[in-house]
Amino acid sequence: MKLKALTAIVALMAAPAVMAGGADDDTLVINGEIEMVTKTAAAPHLDGALDEVISGWHFREDDTQVMQMDDFDNPGMIAVDFATDAWNTAEGTEGKSCADCHGTPEDSMTGVKAVYPKWNDEAGEVRTIGTQINACRTERMGAEPLKLNSGEIAAMEALISVQSRGMPVNVAIDGPAAETWEKGKEIYYTRFGQLELSCANCHEQNYGNYIRADHLSQGQINAFPAYRLKDAGLVTAQNRFRGCVRDTRAETFDLGSPEFIALELYVASRGNGLSVEGPSVRN
Amino acid sequence: MASGVKPRVKAPKSAAAGETVTLKTLISHNMESGQRKDGNGNVIPRSIINRFTCEFNGKSVIDVTMHPAISTNPYFEFEATVPEAGEFKFTWYDDDGDVYEDVKPVSIG
Repeated sequence: MKLKALTAIVALMAAPAVMAGGADDDTLVINGEIEMVTKTAAAPHLDGALDEVISGWHFREDDTQVMQMDDFDNPGMIAVDFATDAWNTAEGTEGKSCADCHGTPEDSMTGVKAVYPKWNDEAGEVRTIGTQINACRTERMGAEPLKLNSGEIAAMEALISVQSRGMPVNVAIDGPAAETWEKGKEIYYTRFGQLELSCANCHEQNYGNYIRADHLSQGQINAFPAYRLKDAGLVTAQNRFRGCVRDTRAETFDLGSPEFIALELYVASRGNGLSVEGPSVRN
Repeated sequence: MASGVKPRVKAPKSAAAGETVTLKTLISHNMESGQRKDGNGNVIPRSIINRFTCEFNGKSVIDVTMHPAISTNPYFEFEATVPEAGEFKFTWYDDDGDVYEDVKPVSIG
């Protein structure tokens, strides 16, 4: 009896902590200059699913949030520095660097992250920034493709992303990309693994709630690549997908697989209207 | 020289005489502890930044000894009083004998 009463008290005490979820109302301004849209009305294709799209930044602790607000404190910016060196380094049989074709990232990559993944007419497929970087390397530079889970490619993605910071995500879901987008949507709502969880179960139906100790966000990828404090490194969106699918206790898709490219397109489109944040800081 | 080492410092360009300013420093470095083993079971040799100092016009502001438990990319944030115009000199000492330096001038105004 006594034990039961005690349990009841513990349950009462625990209740406020559980209910303290949801997104906070802070404002994200980077370096005191770049104002970010971190909450906005959902795109029309999310009718019935979400009313408002919210950046994952709102679901993190204050300490983590502050780290992203200053480039000096954001460890992801170290990777941007390294990628800037790589950008200017010639590689492969053609002896070309990124800079030889694209000039400076500031000139050529502004706005790119906002519209990727994107349909590539010549290749006849949807390409993510990662697969596009590797296409450049193999086709134009004569270099080996980078591994999609490598720090190098995440860093290069961060360098490209940082040029578009503050611009609204505007991924095209119609035209030739529509088929891939539909496929991505199907994966988003399909339950995977022994736990039988779909992306939507956590990130659409339960965002703001806790799954054990983890605060569920909407799973937006506008802020990727993200510097994860737990990994002490940059994580790409597909890396994160793989972690999520693994946590449902399923065999995951490979990075760069058609399934993950479709999912990246679909999830990116769910964040249409939010600002590009990458590289962000998350826990 | 260890690869990918790059010091960076954030310091104000000017300060009022006697003002206390905040300095932020970070050096990208692997900080290999010497405790880990590679795939073949061989110990990966220790390679860390073992000392960090900051001086203002030759006067010591901070002098830090670092040990292998310090994580990668060591970050230090500290305060210093600026009595006159001059420059902050930041120095990092690597296990392999390399010394990395950065200098930030501060004016009064």
